[in-house]
Amino acid sequence: MNKIITKEFLSENVVKLEVEAPLIARSRKAGHFVIVRVGENGERIPLTIAAADPDRGTIMLIIQQVGKSTRKICALNEQEYITDLVGPLGQATHIEHFGTVVCACGGVGTAPMLPIAEAMKQAGNKVITVQAARTKELVILEKEIRAFSDEVLITTNDGSYGMKGLVTDGIEKILQREKVDFCVTIGPAIMMKFVSLLTKSHQVPTVASLNTIMVDGTGMCGACRVTVGGKTRFVCVDGPEFDAHQVDFDEMLIRLNAYKELE
Amino acid sequence: MTTTEHIKALRSEPWREQLRQKMTNKERVAIPRVRMPELSPDFRSHSYEEVNLGLTAEQSMREAQRCLDCPNPTCMGGCPVEINIPTFIKNIERGDFTEAAKTLKETSALPAVCGRVCPQEKQCESQCIHLKMGKEAVAIGYLERFAADYERESGNISIPQTAAANGIKIAVVGSGPAGLSFAGDMAKLGYEVTVYEALHEIGGVLKYGIPEFRLPNRIVDVEIAILQKMGVQFVTNCIVGKTISYDDLHASGFKGIFIASGAGLPNFMNIPGENLIGVLSSNEYLTRVNLMAAASPNSDTPVLKGKKVAIIGGGNTAMDSVRTARRLGADKAIIVYRRSEEEMPARIEEIKHAKEEGIIFMTLHNPIKYIGDENGRVVQMLLQKMELGEPDASGRRRPVEISGATELIDIDMAIVSIGVSPNPLIPKTFHGLNVSKWGTIIVDPDSLKSDLPDIYAGGDIVRGGATVILAMGDGRKAAQAMHRQLKVSGLPLIPNS
Repeated sequence: MNKIITKEFLSENVVKLEVEAPLIARSRKAGHFVIVRVGENGERIPLTIAAADPDRGTIMLIIQQVGKSTRKICALNEQEYITDLVGPLGQATHIEHFGTVVCACGGVGTAPMLPIAEAMKQAGNKVITVQAARTKELVILEKEIRAFSDEVLITTNDGSYGMKGLVTDGIEKILQREKVDFCVTIGPAIMMKFVSLLTKSHQVPTVASLNTIMVDGTGMCGACRVTVGGKTRFVCVDGPEFDAHQVDFDEMLIRLNAYKELE
Repeated sequence: MTTTEHIKALRSEPWREQLRQKMTNKERVAIPRVRMPELSPDFRSHSYEEVNLGLTAEQSMREAQRCLDCPNPTCMGGCPVEINIPTFIKNIERGDFTEAAKTLKETSALPAVCGRVCPQEKQCESQCIHLKMGKEAVAIGYLERFAADYERESGNISIPQTAAANGIKIAVVGSGPAGLSFAGDMAKLGYEVTVYEALHEIGGVLKYGIPEFRLPNRIVDVEIAILQKMGVQFVTNCIVGKTISYDDLHASGFKGIFIASGAGLPNFMNIPGENLIGVLSSNEYLTRVNLMAAASPNSDTPVLKGKKVAIIGGGNTAMDSVRTARRLGADKAIIVYRRSEEEMPARIEEIKHAKEEGIIFMTLHNPIKYIGDENGRVVQMLLQKMELGEPDASGRRRPVEISGATELIDIDMAIVSIGVSPNPLIPKTFHGLNVSKWGTIIVDPDSLKSDLPDIYAGGDIVRGGATVILAMGDGRKAAQAMHRQLKVSGLPLIPNS
């Protein structure tokens, strides 16, 4: 049982929770995720860790309401409890001094990007964040990501804020302007696919953080398997980050629909 | 008193002597072996209720009479946790079922579980004297289940006695059969035991793996509750190696650690189409249905309900999966196995039950490809026909492809049940452990001690893939060895602690 300390709506469908989890707050690193379950009939779902405060013993989770389980979590209030929370899971992000790093994120992908941008910045990189959203109201955590970035370029589909266009348009603009040594991308699978195609054509090494279907999150079930470089890998234990240019995003997009008709 | 002397002393008690006099061995041997009452195949193939109903008191007392109470009980040598088999059986014969249950609990932390899922025909019963006389073995497993069930249902469950607390803290990684067995034995010896479990439920494979129709979760819960009453602490949602480290355990004052983290990762065949929707591991399928109760309308966890389901493999997990698929509405639930039925590792009882429930057996077939539709869902599988060749390293005849002989069958789900690989988490995060090329932890075979002075390991993380009872036997062995090292020799496990 993990207590919710604070709750805040970042947009109509996106909730930020500060959750008591002292052991995870201490041991987590950028790139790690947790599995949560709400209620005795609840499903186990993976959520990335957006931040942690070891002194307060809390972690920050950002959740977008998309299905039954995420709605259940978002319906919890301060002082209420998440039934089960386990982590930190997955491999931590590989951080090194690459030079110039583009952090390309979309939607709630900005949340797990926060600790990665922070770690990249700390490692001495020039961090350029390209943050994409459909419209102005859906741009989240802008202030927070700015704190870890040398530059933030925001794109919206409708042009209501920042540059009009997609995340790839933003990256393209940067690539035309200067040399980029590394790219990290987190967001919807379809977005990561196109980021990957773009950076591949520019030969910029890129990792993508994948969010697949999982049950246990510790390697036991294999629901999360993806094909990377022609080999089957488990996102939960081998990932969640992989060389984006090797990921079979088309297969991943299909596999995300495995239980769609049952929801 | 040594164990042998103890067994002899119990056998010499007056009531036992009298009981032996009551019938001649000839009369005892003449009694036919009891048949386990079962739900009818038609009913149970659509129900999640337990298939085996258990013996009645009369049936059990009659079966107990078959046991000759041998002076040298060879059956005990076949039991990895060394249950005093004749003593518990003779207690059943005289009608003292509670005492029988107590005898079981002296050495087994999970008698109601073992009475259901142990392959007794390969363990204790394989050593029964009756077999040497060309008769069927005494139904030790059925009797074990009866005694444990009787005690539980009586509402008057005895808690095994524990030695005075010695204040020494011991950590267990994993709450499956090996971890529970170890925890029970260490608690009896007076240690302060904490079991860490990664999942939200205690019980490991007993909960996520073995289905309700073979082992109801409530039975497991009762046995766990007994361990709790003996003082064992359980911490769920905690992954040793991730949430807390080896160093954290030292800092918390743990003097010995038993690793029983199990076999983690499901194996796949790496054939084309294996990542199509509808192709999944038996671990995923069984976890959804057993741990997450996905078949219940109240559960938030979904599960695919195929009509034509192929299960790849011939082990107990394959049988559990195929029988689950049948219960979830499969018209065709098919076992696809590359050898013949004779080589199947599954228990004979499971194969028999599966057949009665209408499971189709396609032996000497091996999948080589899955074919999907435009939405990426599996719709067909291509099977290679096989024949048996010369024996291989396992002693079983090697399956050999029949050149050009293939068959395409329609399926809407395939469950891959060809074994698991050890969970790499502990070997990766506990530096200094000696790990085999298969990823199992290498331990001394007698003490189950690893290369790290305070770490012992057992169950599937050492064996790769075995049975509940072998895992429990490991737990027991490791507890005895760790106790000897900690108390008897007086040596701390960590030189500088």
